[in-house]
Amino acid sequence: MADIRSDFVGIKSPNPFWLASAPPTDKEYNVVRAFKAGWGGVVWKTLGLDPHIVNVNGPRYGAVWGADRRLLGLNNIELITDRPLQVNLDEIKRVKRDWPDRAVVVSLMVPCEEACWADIMKQVEDTGADGVELNFGCPHGMSERGMGSAVGQVPEYIEMVTRWVKASSRMPVIVKLTPNITDIRYPARAAKQGGADAVSLINTVSSITSVDLDSFSPEPSIDGKGSHGGYCGPAVKPIALNMVADIARDPETRGLPISGIGGVTTWRDAAEFMALGAGNVQVCTAAMTYGFKIVEEMIAGLENWMDEKGHADLASFTGRAVPNVTDWQFLNLNYVSKARIDQDSCIKCGRCHIACEDTSHQAITSTVDGVRRFEVIEEECVGCNLCVNVCPVDGCITMVPLAAGEVDKRTGRTVSAEYANWTTHPNNPSAAAAE
Amino acid sequence: MPQGRLEAGVAAGRLAPEEYASNFADLHPPLDGHEARVAADRCYFCYDAPCVTACPTGIDIPLFIRQIATGNTLGSARTIFDQNILGGMCARVCPTETLCEQACVRETAEGKPVEIGRLQRFATDAAMAAGKQFYARAERSGKLVAVVGAGPAGLACAHRLAMHGHEVTVFDARPKAGGLNEYGIAAYKTVDGFAQAEVDYVTAIGGINIEYGKALGTDIDLAGLCASYDAVFLGMGLGGVNALGAEGDDAAGVADAVDWIAGLRQAADLASVPVGRRVVVIGGGMTAIDAAVQAKLLGAEEVTICYRRGQENMNASGFEQDLAASKGVTIRHWLQPKRVLAEGGRVTGIELEYTAMRDGRLAGTGETLTLAADQVFRAIGQSFVADPLAGAVALEKGRIKVDAEGRTSMPKVWAGGDCVAGGDDLTVSAVAAGRDAAESIHRALS
Repeated sequence: MADIRSDFVGIKSPNPFWLASAPPTDKEYNVVRAFKAGWGGVVWKTLGLDPHIVNVNGPRYGAVWGADRRLLGLNNIELITDRPLQVNLDEIKRVKRDWPDRAVVVSLMVPCEEACWADIMKQVEDTGADGVELNFGCPHGMSERGMGSAVGQVPEYIEMVTRWVKASSRMPVIVKLTPNITDIRYPARAAKQGGADAVSLINTVSSITSVDLDSFSPEPSIDGKGSHGGYCGPAVKPIALNMVADIARDPETRGLPISGIGGVTTWRDAAEFMALGAGNVQVCTAAMTYGFKIVEEMIAGLENWMDEKGHADLASFTGRAVPNVTDWQFLNLNYVSKARIDQDSCIKCGRCHIACEDTSHQAITSTVDGVRRFEVIEEECVGCNLCVNVCPVDGCITMVPLAAGEVDKRTGRTVSAEYANWTTHPNNPSAAAAE
Repeated sequence: MPQGRLEAGVAAGRLAPEEYASNFADLHPPLDGHEARVAADRCYFCYDAPCVTACPTGIDIPLFIRQIATGNTLGSARTIFDQNILGGMCARVCPTETLCEQACVRETAEGKPVEIGRLQRFATDAAMAAGKQFYARAERSGKLVAVVGAGPAGLACAHRLAMHGHEVTVFDARPKAGGLNEYGIAAYKTVDGFAQAEVDYVTAIGGINIEYGKALGTDIDLAGLCASYDAVFLGMGLGGVNALGAEGDDAAGVADAVDWIAGLRQAADLASVPVGRRVVVIGGGMTAIDAAVQAKLLGAEEVTICYRRGQENMNASGFEQDLAASKGVTIRHWLQPKRVLAEGGRVTGIELEYTAMRDGRLAGTGETLTLAADQVFRAIGQSFVADPLAGAVALEKGRIKVDAEGRTSMPKVWAGGDCVAGGDDLTVSAVAAGRDAAESIHRALS
């Protein structure tokens, strides 16, 4: 049986599934329910200085839905905890005492003054919590007050505050990064420079989910006005995976522990984050959509997959995909694949045909000998994968690589076993001359 | 149990009032907004969608469903009406299980098609409830067109002609318009007077005048119409019923299923419709099912459909057969009527002969079976009554011969619907024929 116990920067938890700092971890009641449901840890919803902030009294969330109103993306304008600091600290202390085997990390956001950070670190330390997470990520509300992503967007501030925090406490410090920047490596490097034990990412993406076409107000609408919120959920997972990979493979941050966040909804999502270098994952939207019980699926699914693949523990697959993330220029241009449609599973919706015909390479038939039939025309197929992506039947269309020695009917060239990339391609003006 | 339930013979009022109401409620209740969104989300928006190909009127089904999914319900209705102005009735009565929904790729994929019929009803009901008219008449052409028959073909033809600016007079032999929609369709498929509401919706475009109680051959004649109008469309359906071919079928209690259904459809109170305690329906098509199911729903104790061939030969769809079975109707195969049994001139039973295929032909085996019955319905097909045409129009297999545009052999005369050769006797096909003939007439008049 696979061992999914997690040790993240010295913080132990029975599994790698933590609840992210967010509404689900705002108070003892919720956190206890989460631990009863099986969550390995929580990052307590961000604490700030008293007097505590206030939230809007209207809608806090907007959403994007897929078919059957499945929630694909959630956006929020909720701020950090709106309860007094001491109430939170007391609850944290109690929860950690009652659940010693679970990870309890406390998210923090206070003004960029050393004394503020030193003071709150001391108070958190007194709760017995396992560590802190510095919220340099929230893009809404608090950023207008010089906190959250306003800090995360300036590497120098990240480094400065991280340094203060590390100097004030022996607790592990995780720096939570905002994706609302151009290159995630810079804030990650700054966190490392400041002494962070780990980074966590992504925080939410600045967003407006929709506009009410009667009132012309952005959603969520507060008395006819809207403010950008932070976007999360399955829709942001690709953005998060890319940023996690960027940090994992950056020579300057390689080895820096990463807590992966962003649209983790199933065990598979978690495994993917971890394969790209995350040591554990944090979840929010999936829990907010389906409740805490989903962790049962995550735990069982991860264990099952690890058993099937022979991964004895988390370390045995963590980071395994990192070496395979590369730059476009190093992709093998001699790799040739063609789409293949399994006629037995084809339901003849024709979406592959029209996608290819209208928007790609005219490489899929709509009729063969007068009969509705969708077949790949290998002479035209560039292997782009669009048909696979629009096909509603999983596994019906696959991309089949041509073996070395086979002829690509599109180009007439024999497929080479050699690896060759853009850096040496004759069409590349900067190509190094072939030796 | 109401007293009338076990009353012998043919009797009205077998059920309690609430039983009639519940038995004849909407067979497929309308989808509510949430149900419609969920159902619409299942559509894949196929390329060259098989459902469209399968629809005799060629409604752009993926588009109208996408319009429902995106909250444009009235736009969806327009997409439907563009091709089929009787889209509301077709949504109710089309055998979708053998048309669009059979062709749906999700039927292929999961054995559960997108609910196209119910979605179509959702959209068309919304437009009709809103009183939304999508079409305005073109500049008046000054041309006059006569339409014979106010059924699906005639109404579709009249609407399209009116849209093109022509003045249309529709003649119908009956006191109400709608044809089979009003007089033939099973009551539970078109509740709350929908057929008349649809006639009103279709004629609201203007330029359509309906003259009731005017039958071709008695009140009007083809030569006269041709003299007074610029074009004539014949859409009078099938007026005849095939005979039983069994001795004694003139006994009281033996009736044409279509007549009995028409009476039921026009009854102000279903409790006034007499039905036998034991009913036998002869036939294997939709009419047989409609008669049998409605007899059962009116409180008949035993209803048996007898069909002379096998289950696979029945014209009634699998869905209809299942519906009949679910209502307690017994369907028996390989039985043909031989003799109606009567006492005092009233039917008491029917003697049937077992049949079998012998050398590729259906033949009686000589073995017989007698079923007790106090009501026997003939539902073995309808025929076209050509007499009113007085031989002026060429026929093919007993029905009017037309070309691809609906033109008959007679100049200025078009035809469509059940009265035409080669049709499939479907409401939706009649609508398509009427619409297409109107376009042909319009081209001829322009």
